[in-house]
Amino acid sequence: MTSMRLAAPWGRRLDRSQRLTFRFNGRWYGGYTGDTLASALLANGVQLVGRSFKLHRPRGIFSCGVEEPNGLVDLSSGAMRTPNMRATLVDLCDGLIAESVNCWPSVRFDVGALNDKLAALLPAGFYYKTFKWPTWHLYEPAIRRMAGLGRASGQADPDRYEEVSEQTEVLVVGGGLAGLSAAVSAAEAGADTLLLASGATLGGALAWRADPYIEELIARARRSGVRLLTRTLAFGIYDHNLVCAREAMPGAGAAATVARAGTAGGVLRERLWKIRARAVIAAAGAFERPMIFPNNDRPGVMLANAAEKYVDAFGVACGQRVVIAANSDSAYRVAGSLRAAGLDVIAVVDRRPPADIGARAADVRTLAGASIMRVGGATGVRSCTVISPDTDGSRPERLDCDLILSAGGFAPAVHLHSQAGGRLRWLDDSAMFVPEGAAAGVWSAGACAGIFARDAVVNHAAELGLALARRSAAPLVQAGGAGKSLAATHLMGVPGKQFVDLQNDVSTADIGLAAQENYRSVEHLKRYTTTGMGTDQGKTSNVNALVLMGEFTGREPALVGTTKFRPPYAPVTLGLLAGRRVGPLYRPLKYLPAHDWHRAQGALFEQFGSWVRPAAYPKAGESLRSAAEREAAAVRANAGVLDGSPLGKLEIFGPDAAHFLDLMYLGTMSNLNPGQARYGLLLNENGVVVDDGIVARLGPQHYWVNTTSAGVERTAAAFEEWLQCEYTQLRVLITPVTSRWGNVTVAGPRAWEWLASVGFEAALAPQAMKHMTVTQSRWAGAPARVLRASFSGELGYEVNLPADEAATLLERLGERAADFGAVPYGIEALEIMRIEKGYIHIGTDTDGTTLPQDIGFARAIERKAANFVGRRSLLRPAARDPERFQLVALASKDGRTRLPVGAQIAAADPPTQSEGHVTSSCWSPSLGRPIALGMLARGTQRLGEKLRIHHLGAVIEAEVVKAPFVDPPGERLHG
Amino acid sequence: MMQIPCIHCGLREESEFTCGGTSHITRPDPDQSDETWAAYLFFRDNPKGVHCERWRHTYGCGQWFNLARDTATHDILGAYAMTEPPPP
Repeated sequence: MTSMRLAAPWGRRLDRSQRLTFRFNGRWYGGYTGDTLASALLANGVQLVGRSFKLHRPRGIFSCGVEEPNGLVDLSSGAMRTPNMRATLVDLCDGLIAESVNCWPSVRFDVGALNDKLAALLPAGFYYKTFKWPTWHLYEPAIRRMAGLGRASGQADPDRYEEVSEQTEVLVVGGGLAGLSAAVSAAEAGADTLLLASGATLGGALAWRADPYIEELIARARRSGVRLLTRTLAFGIYDHNLVCAREAMPGAGAAATVARAGTAGGVLRERLWKIRARAVIAAAGAFERPMIFPNNDRPGVMLANAAEKYVDAFGVACGQRVVIAANSDSAYRVAGSLRAAGLDVIAVVDRRPPADIGARAADVRTLAGASIMRVGGATGVRSCTVISPDTDGSRPERLDCDLILSAGGFAPAVHLHSQAGGRLRWLDDSAMFVPEGAAAGVWSAGACAGIFARDAVVNHAAELGLALARRSAAPLVQAGGAGKSLAATHLMGVPGKQFVDLQNDVSTADIGLAAQENYRSVEHLKRYTTTGMGTDQGKTSNVNALVLMGEFTGREPALVGTTKFRPPYAPVTLGLLAGRRVGPLYRPLKYLPAHDWHRAQGALFEQFGSWVRPAAYPKAGESLRSAAEREAAAVRANAGVLDGSPLGKLEIFGPDAAHFLDLMYLGTMSNLNPGQARYGLLLNENGVVVDDGIVARLGPQHYWVNTTSAGVERTAAAFEEWLQCEYTQLRVLITPVTSRWGNVTVAGPRAWEWLASVGFEAALAPQAMKHMTVTQSRWAGAPARVLRASFSGELGYEVNLPADEAATLLERLGERAADFGAVPYGIEALEIMRIEKGYIHIGTDTDGTTLPQDIGFARAIERKAANFVGRRSLLRPAARDPERFQLVALASKDGRTRLPVGAQIAAADPPTQSEGHVTSSCWSPSLGRPIALGMLARGTQRLGEKLRIHHLGAVIEAEVVKAPFVDPPGERLHG
Repeated sequence: MMQIPCIHCGLREESEFTCGGTSHITRPDPDQSDETWAAYLFFRDNPKGVHCERWRHTYGCGQWFNLARDTATHDILGAYAMTEPPPP
């Protein structure tokens, strides 16, 4: 146990009066309020926290922030389980439960570690080269099991997420020195300013160093009205300066990480901010770049500035005897900080020549031009072996140590700049990519602009904030102040894997192999070696990887370039993106005005499109199918009532309404007299049948259009598009009124008697009112539009009433139902009756290829002289192909077997070309045998022909028969 | 997500709109050739740069209008009524 807790004043983030306990991999540990899971583990001496993705090598905490490649844990248990959380960002709370990912049976003894022994056989591209024969899919499941990271709970998330839309003039991303300076000057100049800080506190890297200037800046920010959001990470910038950010809720976030037995309702866990900003200032700082040396992935090797932060903020010494592998002057500041905290800094092993080294640490041994060539220790660091000019080059020196820090220089966090389309340039002196100019709407400040000298950071950020507030020209960026760093830090010709990407186990040798095999483009390099993938997206590895690719291919890093930066900057939960659009709110359902009446009748509700409707009204012991057959038989024998309220209803007004409807429908609507109605097929411009319905004329300039229930929104949208974009001269008004009117459909030979018994006027009697006419009447004081039409083939009335009256009418009808042997019927019974009549259902019998002539409307096309939408497409060669599928009626040969919907029709056994398929099928109570509809090549010429219908390997003999199955002359319909 | 200037309602979020594709396409007469009709139905330019297209403010005023938009940068150059000609 080498990492440990330090006494105060180290650990300024901790509240040592608040002791917490937490469980990691089944063992309980203690920590304090203010700890992260990572700091608490280190304070407890836990250095081995996970296994690597591919080789299952032991790994420890490597960083102190969002860039963490190793410390991935699954948090909590049961439905609250959240996979792949970075231990460095998880705030400790009492009762927290965490487990390492990617190891079995345990992190100490991991079977998968066998991979490391076979590492020589698992280079980059190994999967692509090896698991090809006979097919990748044979190997995929086992490989995925081996390689997976955390496990999702598999249960619904009980917690809540919400979304906020916000706008601001100036948005500052980053709460450090640069961000605060810019925000203060923007706000003091009068701009509405919003600042997002990813951490729980403001101040960034200086927050834990008791820096008085930072305290003053924070106070000024509050005074000048900067809106400050902490724990809020901007993860992406999208078109027109939309920045999305995740706010983690402090208390609730903690609750989400502990197992909560029986907590109902959940807690608010995260909030999604969608922020429109006139100007965005990116001040997200820089990442430290790791050094590359053999076995640089051992637990006990970590980033230097992380070790410093663990001391300052968390009071944790990550080791006792420290060697710093350096390629940056920042190493010397860290050496001084650690010495001040009582750690023994044995040496700074600086890779750079003495002339490049611009700093010193008092009383710390410095080896210039030196490298670590070996790390001792298997699951931790025990020593390292150093070669340097001082040790004669040939005589390496062994240094006893338990912590090796990596100070390899800096990589500015240019993500927002790059996501917004900004370009990068390579600073050779300090070996880093910095923004070149500003991206559209996004200006960088501080370390993420490549500015490292403190005064320069403050001055530039303040000028930038002021300029953006005043809409004046932004100041020029003078990048610099980071000192000198070498581009490449790896060693040639020494044993041991030198890791570039810790999370994906990519070593220098893998990059070399990619170069050798000509995967030299940075995008190819990424995909071939997987470097830069995973939850950390290469925040610590990308620059090293492309520097190496440059070395291996003789190119400057600038010419290798970077991969495209895409949002999200850090992983976000799916819950955050879904927000409240889950469960019943994912796709809100529509309920009938008379829902309660249907329930009282014993309705079995199902979803039809977005409507919840009665499928049937099964009696005790009755199945859905037998209920539907009973209901259909009752309608044919007596009468029935269907709630047709979802039926699409549009009112069309205007002097040009008649002409407009002629253009929209295949049927002619302009020659209807007021009171008459006509069936219409709606085509799209390709001639394909997309909807059907009945158009009734209420007055010279007033039509009542019924569409299908599912099609009304898209029909209304199509009407509007034609009217507004093509037929712009027509004076027409389209008003959707579907939910305004309830529809009570009464059908059957006794339909009129039944309606008359509840008080409908005699003018509606079948003798007085013909089929396909509409009468504007009144019932119980309410306006009623009564249409004589039928989808069942029986005498039928569609009574349209104000939606609130529909339940009343159903109640009245229900009270008298027994007198007429009448029943309520559902969608399933309606389906049976329309199949018996050979009526099509758009989208069931038709698909995206069906033209009107395929379903029996060839003569209707001929009869209509006027143009209509889709007409020209009906003349295309393909539309006139004699082999087209046409609607037919089908019956099984044995009169017993039902023809399954979707079954294919073909004379030969498969594989063969299909001649068609079954589209609708039911058992007909009227005929006492199964019947079906289908689409069949040349179908109308094949009456009486025997067909073979293929279903799940079996063949059903069937025959093309005459349609309709019931009442061919239509006597029942016309009454 | 873009911000789109509806000519009736002003600047609104893209999620309130529906894009109807290229604007200013002349609908051929029915007596034109199959080739002309097919070009009208199926063939569209896919320019990198300024594109005139029609949008509907579906979850707002419900009205269609034209938008000149740069397909590479998503810069909006202007919005104008359906019946207006394309900008020069």
